Amino acid sequence: MTQSCDVLVIGGGPAGIAAASRAAEAGARTMVVDEGASPGGQIWRPKLTGHQPSVARQWLARLAASEATVSPRTTVVDLQVSAPRSFIVRAERSGIPTIIGARALVLATGARERFLPFPGWTLPNVFGIGGAQALLKSGTRFDGKRVVIAGTGPLLLPVAASLSAAGAKLLVVAEQSSRARVARFAAGLWNAPATLAQAARYRAGFFGAPYSMNSWVVRAEGDDRLRRVVVRVGTETRTLECDALCTGYGLVPNTELARLLGCVMRGSVVFVDADQSTSTDGVYCAGEPTGVAGVDSAIAEGQVAGLAAAGRASDAAPLRRVVSRRAAHGRGLDRAFALRPEIHTLAASDTIVCRCEDVRLGQLDRGWSARQGKLYTRAGMGPCQGRICGPALECLMGWSADSVRPPVFPARVRTLSSPAKTGDSAETSERNHDAPA
Amino acid sequence: MTSARRADAIVIGAGIVGAACAAALARDGFQVTVLDRAFPSAGTTSVGMGHIVAMDDSPEQLALSAYAQRLWHDLAPELDPRSELDHCGTLWVAEDDAQFAAVRAKRDVYAAAGIASEILDARALADAEPNLRPGLAGALYVTGDMVVYPPGATLRLLDIARANGARVRSGEEAVEILPNGVRCVHETYHAEVVINAAGPLAARLTPGLPIVPRKGHLAITDRYLGFVRHQLVELGYLTSAHVMTNESVAFNVQPRATGQVLIGSSRELVEWEASLNRDILAQMLRRAEAFMPALGELSVIRTWTGFRPATPDKLPLIGPWDAVPGLWIASGHEGLGITTSLSTARLLVDQIVGRAPAIDPTPYWPARVHSASAA
Repeated sequence: MTQSCDVLVIGGGPAGIAAASRAAEAGARTMVVDEGASPGGQIWRPKLTGHQPSVARQWLARLAASEATVSPRTTVVDLQVSAPRSFIVRAERSGIPTIIGARALVLATGARERFLPFPGWTLPNVFGIGGAQALLKSGTRFDGKRVVIAGTGPLLLPVAASLSAAGAKLLVVAEQSSRARVARFAAGLWNAPATLAQAARYRAGFFGAPYSMNSWVVRAEGDDRLRRVVVRVGTETRTLECDALCTGYGLVPNTELARLLGCVMRGSVVFVDADQSTSTDGVYCAGEPTGVAGVDSAIAEGQVAGLAAAGRASDAAPLRRVVSRRAAHGRGLDRAFALRPEIHTLAASDTIVCRCEDVRLGQLDRGWSARQGKLYTRAGMGPCQGRICGPALECLMGWSADSVRPPVFPARVRTLSSPAKTGDSAETSERNHDAPA
Repeated sequence: MTSARRADAIVIGAGIVGAACAAALARDGFQVTVLDRAFPSAGTTSVGMGHIVAMDDSPEQLALSAYAQRLWHDLAPELDPRSELDHCGTLWVAEDDAQFAAVRAKRDVYAAAGIASEILDARALADAEPNLRPGLAGALYVTGDMVVYPPGATLRLLDIARANGARVRSGEEAVEILPNGVRCVHETYHAEVVINAAGPLAARLTPGLPIVPRKGHLAITDRYLGFVRHQLVELGYLTSAHVMTNESVAFNVQPRATGQVLIGSSRELVEWEASLNRDILAQMLRRAEAFMPALGELSVIRTWTGFRPATPDKLPLIGPWDAVPGLWIASGHEGLGITTSLSTARLLVDQIVGRAPAIDPTPYWPARVHSASAA
């Protein structure tokens, strides 16, 4: 299948939805590709109950009302510049090879959870907070279950509130950062009363459980499943019998597509200018890949990127103040919830550090480079392509991310073997919305 | 600051050829130092397939690879799990009757070299590899061929060298080969014997070696245990490998010990341009799908490129380099370096110590090109 468009938005979370809506409203032939069954991304993934925050409902309705085409269940596995401001994108749509030609790209690829290995982290019933949220939304029952939540950052609060509302008995919400840092961050929110109010609502949602600073999980223990966790609270160590553990050590921006295109990076995030333009002509980036700063930031950046990709950057002026204010908020988050050194040394020599290939920390030699680690032990060589173990190995061993080669996600042989022809005449056949808004 | 270190033998390059030379020299009593600009198995060795194959490209190639196959069988008990040795054999697949007719001749050529093989008719081939497409004519099954994980085998060979007193120095880049010595960035090493086993980089240190990088692409799938059971190579492979055209692809897939399927192969002459060529990758995968349609549904998790050290006459360069006292060459193995690493090392060490080699060493002497270029 071959399609073409003016603006291709990759990722259907808040940034992508905002970008696609604005680009389409500006008159560009716009397409959004997303891995999910319907737009929304991780954060606006529809719940079984159908309830969505009002901002999500507004943007999903705006996208549906626009002329943008949505391609669900679509995974981009490769993209390349075929000529200046002309891109060939190779994707799988429900497993079917698809080639999409585009004149501009908006990379709105979001972020994934950061997993840090500690003894017992691979036991059944140890989840990431995103995984726990997904289980809740898909109807998994937590009522009466004893749950420990541990990690860092504001994302611990909504999952604590949701689990509490689902009837779980929260034993503790352990925040590894110090009370002073968290307080300093909260004080900085004086000009963002909505954020403070939301945090207070979440906190009220798990009122019965302690929200404990300077606290982290030292190890999880169990047999065929999790039985208990050992938690460090300040200077003391406590053992808590429990049924589930949810950990959240922050987010890792998904920058693979930008790196494949050779976009300039600033540290671990994609460098963009005031138009959300990357260093590659015609490639824009919005949301977490440019820095984790929350959903409001993603929506503002997405709008700027969508307008700029449609050639209407001048219309984005009013949004730029929001973007820069939210970027400052993002930097504040990074400072307030930076990982303490103890978190980096929890893994023992028999702790698995690469789940795909079953590599334990003790198999790795600190004198090796990342590439030696891969070649000698297969660490990072499995189907996750280093997405889970890569950030962990960076923390534990100081090994930085490898260069990116296609396919950026596992792809069928026939997807990679199909000829990359994008007849520009091959107009997108219908402009329907495949997904209900 | 320059200090002098003494060693009987220096091996430049800790790829599999250098590692095999180091192990053979150390076992023969040499005080060996291995120098690598990066780390063991950082170059061509890390990007190859690891197919131990008797190759009848030419009588000389067959002699060297058949000898190597015997040496790998001898070494097998000393290998460890890292080497992932798999006695899976090779199936040379015939597409049509014309190719199948050539199978009989191929079997006789192998038999004369002491290599056992069996002819499989269409039905036997389908039983042996159910995922091959119907309608293929048959195959030659070379039972003694194997598969190894080259970085693992290289580490094992270096362990054997170390156990016999060798030192391995990573991050030590040779800048210049001297008479009986090697100058590195910080130190100069002296030794009676110096071996240039720098793979495709060998010609940078020994100008005049006719070695060019020949690029290849590989793709590896997720785990599908039992999907492929033998190394599968189309009979047309030799044409692809032999003709030094600018680009060619051939059906060549391999079962890994992990259950993954390694898909090759391609050849290009593009200097050192390492980026993935999507068209070549697509051609290579289409060729594989033409033989194994079900392969199209498997999930590829990684692709990469690498450079083979190629010579104009398709034979490696093994032997003395008379222009520099003490210098021996062990490079130019193109796509057969994993296989012929062991026979290369034995041939070289036998000549260094003045023992009679098991096979005639003269076809591999670098002098054949040295004298040609001097003329």
